[in-house]
Amino acid sequence: MHEINLTPLLEVRDLQVAYGAIHAVKGIDLHIGSGELVALIGSNGAGKTTTLKTLAGLLHPASGQIQYGGENLNNIAAHRRVAMGIALVPEGRGVFARLTVAENLLMGAYSRNDRHEITTDLERMCALFPRLAERRGQLAGTLSGGEQQMVAMARALMSSPRLLMLDEPSMGLAPLMVQKIFETIRDIAALGMSILLVEQNARLALQAASRGYVMESGAITLSGASGELLGSDAVQRAYLGG
Amino acid sequence: MEIFLQQIINGLVQGSVYALVALGYTMVYGILGLINFAHGEVVMVGAMLALSALTAMLGWGAPPLLALPISLILAMLGCMVLGYGIERIAYRPLRHAPRLAPLITAIGVSIVLQNLAMMIWGRQYHAFPQLVANQPHLIGGAIINDIQIIIFILALAIMAGLIVVVHRTRLGRAMRAVAENQHAAQLMGVDINRVISITFMLGSALAAIAGVMVSANYGLAHYYMGFLLGLKAFTAAVLGGIGNLRGAMLGGLLLGLIESLGAGYIGDMTGGFLGSHYQDVFAFFVLIAVLVFRPSGLLGERIAERA
Repeated sequence: MHEINLTPLLEVRDLQVAYGAIHAVKGIDLHIGSGELVALIGSNGAGKTTTLKTLAGLLHPASGQIQYGGENLNNIAAHRRVAMGIALVPEGRGVFARLTVAENLLMGAYSRNDRHEITTDLERMCALFPRLAERRGQLAGTLSGGEQQMVAMARALMSSPRLLMLDEPSMGLAPLMVQKIFETIRDIAALGMSILLVEQNARLALQAASRGYVMESGAITLSGASGELLGSDAVQRAYLGG
Repeated sequence: MEIFLQQIINGLVQGSVYALVALGYTMVYGILGLINFAHGEVVMVGAMLALSALTAMLGWGAPPLLALPISLILAMLGCMVLGYGIERIAYRPLRHAPRLAPLITAIGVSIVLQNLAMMIWGRQYHAFPQLVANQPHLIGGAIINDIQIIIFILALAIMAGLIVVVHRTRLGRAMRAVAENQHAAQLMGVDINRVISITFMLGSALAAIAGVMVSANYGLAHYYMGFLLGLKAFTAAVLGGIGNLRGAMLGGLLLGLIESLGAGYIGDMTGGFLGSHYQDVFAFFVLIAVLVFRPSGLLGERIAERA
């Protein structure tokens, strides 16, 4: 039931990433089927962000393979991966503070040429995030943290991705805003987009996802259906405080 | 009163040239956080290229009013190639090096360009041909001639155009995005190397125009003309707030005015002890004063925002 597609959209094999002498990711395997919402959980410094940055092309793997839609991504520059349908909402959001909300969203559509569709998508984002519609002309730096997270997500969606990667979308947000962001993530997933969700808030992430991976000091230590992970003793003890 | 008005006119004309050059410094600083100290030499190369093209075309009997715009365009193209090359060779390999390293290569490029120019065009001053009739006009007792009018209006039009490009186009959005956060810009699909190259080329095209303006205004071109002009334009950029486009424009015009009014009145102020040949001193007084009292410049943002 969880194996939606036999050939996954993204398949990572034995990925290793190092910053100089620091071996941040030590040979991980993971895959994401199309339309799947997969959570990658783990404590601070486990290598989750490094993994996402490498998938987006901001970091280069020391070894291993990244297959996306049947293509090898290893030698494809970050800016080209966007046009292939890979979008990352980075940790800390990376909103362009000195651009307006509308300009931020247009930056999301930078690699697209279909002007009419872009206009329709802008309207769709305004429907999905009514708060942003009210603030289109405002500089993004003047928005609250939750609103900036919305800008970052809407901006990523504007590239019309097939694979959306979210790095700690709940970080620094008030509980009510966290709920809202997760509702939106579920809505987006329901549209059939593949999502890789990195979170420290393991319970929330596993409740939203169908499958999950647990990462510890650069390696994947556990994986399986979200329900199993939520029920497992190891996850309970390490991440759910129970 | 006539003298005052005359100094204002001279200051605005010279200031608009400073502004065009200052824009080149400020755009590169905005996007890379780097002072391109070779930029003044690009101005000089622009003037020299235009001079050579103009001389050649006039020699072939081309009509002056056709030869001038063509040589201006050739100078702009030449400088764009030069600006691209400078970034590619002297700065890109050092993108992640400590900030002092590209500063040193900038000075190196500057020396190389000066010496190449000296080898190609010689050490002597070249007369820049007078092509426009250059009619003087009298307003309120002060004189402004055709070339000065053209320089001022053209400079304002170019600055307005640049504002439109940076604030209203897809390229301008990408430039601002790269200036703010290179990683996030990449995640939007922006090829940041391309945007950085285009920024250098735009700045260099403005430098070429400024070089032709200076030479046409004073009727002279020289292999060393870029050095002082570059330093003054850098001062103008700092005065306005480096990294800020409108600041560069404002700083350029203000510096032109300060210099020209200072030169006009320094004799009176010092009882004839110092004369107008001390003109160049004012720019550097301004630079020191800004750095001491308002390092972020007139329109600059707090430095913390760049962190």
